[in-house]
Amino acid sequence: MRIIVCLKSVPDPKHWNKLKLDPETKTLIREGIPSTINPLDKNALEEALRLNEKQGGEVIVISMAPLEMIPVLQEALAMGANRAVLLSDRAFSGSDTLGTAYVLAEAIKAIGNFDLILCGNETIDGGTAQVSAQISEFLDVPNLMFVSQIEYSPGLPFKVRSQIELGYRVVEIAPPMVLSVVKEINEPRYVTMMNILAAEEKEIQVWTSEDLNLTEPCVGLADSPTQMADLFIPERGRNAEMLDQDAEIQAKELADRLHRLGFC
Amino acid sequence: MGSSESKIWVFVEHRQGQLIEVGLELVQKALDLGRQAKWKVAAVLVGHHVSALAEEILTYGVNEVLMADDPLLKDYCNQAYAKTLATAVRHNQPEIFLLGATAMGMDLGPRLAAKLRTGLSAHCIDLELTDAGELLAVVPGWGGSIMAKISCLRTRPQMATVKPGVFDLPQSGQPRGRIITLDPVVDTKDITYRIVEVEREEVQQSDLDTAEVVVAGGWGVGAAENWKLIQDLASVLGGAVGATRPAVDEGWAEEKQMIGTSGRTVKPKLYIGVALSGHMHHMVGIKNPDLMVGINQDRTAPIFTHCDIGLVGDFKEILPKLITAIKPFFDR
Ligand SMILES: Cc1cc2nc3c(=O)[nH]c(=O)nc-3n(C[C@H](O)[C@H](O)[C@H](O)COP(=O)(O)OP(=O)(O)OC[C@H]3O[C@@H](n4cnc5c(N)ncnc54)[C@H](O)[C@@H]3O)c2cc1C
Ligand SMILES: Cc1cc2nc3c(=O)[nH]c(=O)nc-3n(C[C@H](O)[C@H](O)[C@H](O)COP(=O)(O)OP(=O)(O)OC[C@H]3O[C@@H](n4cnc5c(N)ncnc54)[C@H](O)[C@@H]3O)c2cc1C
Repeated sequence: MRIIVCLKSVPDPKHWNKLKLDPETKTLIREGIPSTINPLDKNALEEALRLNEKQGGEVIVISMAPLEMIPVLQEALAMGANRAVLLSDRAFSGSDTLGTAYVLAEAIKAIGNFDLILCGNETIDGGTAQVSAQISEFLDVPNLMFVSQIEYSPGLPFKVRSQIELGYRVVEIAPPMVLSVVKEINEPRYVTMMNILAAEEKEIQVWTSEDLNLTEPCVGLADSPTQMADLFIPERGRNAEMLDQDAEIQAKELADRLHRLGFC
Repeated sequence: MGSSESKIWVFVEHRQGQLIEVGLELVQKALDLGRQAKWKVAAVLVGHHVSALAEEILTYGVNEVLMADDPLLKDYCNQAYAKTLATAVRHNQPEIFLLGATAMGMDLGPRLAAKLRTGLSAHCIDLELTDAGELLAVVPGWGGSIMAKISCLRTRPQMATVKPGVFDLPQSGQPRGRIITLDPVVDTKDITYRIVEVEREEVQQSDLDTAEVVVAGGWGVGAAENWKLIQDLASVLGGAVGATRPAVDEGWAEEKQMIGTSGRTVKPKLYIGVALSGHMHHMVGIKNPDLMVGINQDRTAPIFTHCDIGLVGDFKEILPKLITAIKPFFDR
């Protein structure tokens, strides 16, 4: 089975307290914040590896990101992916979800036939949860989101369980298709030093816009349909009147206020 | 296919014969935006045997209900739904198309936007309309620690999915609009998967959604046995219990009690946050209460910058005393 895993590199949430806004340009300064694989994309990769450990086949990871993200892809290779394709071009930067999905879909077409595309359901940074469904639209294949279980037996359609509000549903679906996974699906494996060394032998191809057949004007900052009109840190707005005295007095004072305001 | 004059379209979901609240909340917001821009508002309803629901939506004041009623649309399938909606949009060219950020809306919205090659703003927490008719959608990023205003200038419609609970429900009254039936456009070939099983838990509204008083506890509560104090305070005030993510991860509270970017949005009149730091991920889930109270042992905790009243100290000491002080008011 040929499985393509879409993988986004994201700023490591442990360092988010360092995120700052440039007040002039309204852009984000993420200096000194290391990048990591988007957590759910690790689950997607894990699922791809597990399926192919049984079936045999190829797992290819693709990512649209600047060249600095090569180490992040190496981590994916160390987990067990067979090869990686990095889509890296200035022209891609600033793409919204439509532009991102379009570039990824064209790259998938360039890779050739596939059975399954696995994505994370959403990322922790932009977090729109839109890219996977849009990839499937560009490829004209079905997609399912919120996937928590994938069952496969040779010769039969896949049985895919996905979460819906207050429950779940199971559908039978045949490849090719796009599935985006939630964290309940599996526990991603640890990467050992040996895996890391082994991964250094594996290939990372870097493709630019020249390598893709991009004919639609929706890629990059200027051509993306959505634009960031403003970026701001939400206001906190209130500044508490502090009642700090001993616990008894504070409790009485608050109870009185709540009473006066009609809450008790 | 019937023609719509409405410029703002709202996708209204239903399950088991009932309209889903977020769709109606969007109807209310669309009516407000429509008044501002002098644009008519349509609700879009897709399913099978849904005409009674269409009649119901008319009582909320929309100008039109666009109804696609077809056996093939009985169960939700994004291929069939996106095709139906894309056809209607191309035919009528609305300016704005809104969906709820539900499991269905978050799946359908991006496919539809890609079909129409237009922009989609993700799970918005507010919508504004400029005088030029441009939609500005406020969307959270980095789990809510940063907000972006997203616009969509060149392509139409301007699309957005909106988090449940951020807008008010509309009042129902005399129906005044009309129902327009959309011609069926899907056939069996459009649906390439088969639903073999659907399991729904009992539909039970979390009382958090409607509670006037919410008492939320955080990681500082420290242990399951201490969580009872949070529940006791909520119950003496007749309120609901909310939680931060760490409190849910620890198993003190259930997932459906989580408030914030990955949890619920609540609209209480009174919010009391106990032993939680006031991280943005939690705070964005609380919409404009009349009174915010924070209880934390660290007087520099960010929660106090979100609150009107702050109590500094160990909640294990303060809460029992507070409960004792509140009770007599109810006994009178
Ligand atoms: C604060 C903020 C708000 C934003 N709001 C919007 C918005 O409302 N509408 C909009 O169109 N854009 C928005 N964007 C831009 C959007 O985040 C980017 O277009 C981004 O490329 C899509 O990423 P995502 O994190 O939203 O992806 P998601 O759709 O959340 O990602 C889902 C999955 O798609 C795959 N994937 C996503 N991106 C890549 C990639 N570059 N390479 C490989 N696989 C990938 C991964 O498997 C991932 O798990 C916003 C960005 C920010 C910073
Ligand atoms: C992508 C993403 C999404 C997230 N979504 C959510 C979300 O939806 N909701 C959410 O809540 N979180 C969410 N989080 C987690 C969020 O970032 C914070 O970690 C979390 O809200 C902090 O929870 P807390 O305030 O309970 O814990 P902490 O930040 O650890 O704060 C505990 C507080 O308790 C106080 N305290 C300790 N002991 C006592 C005592 N005895 N008496 C009084 N005070 C005491 C301490 O002074 C401290 O201020 C998300 C994180 C990520 C990365």
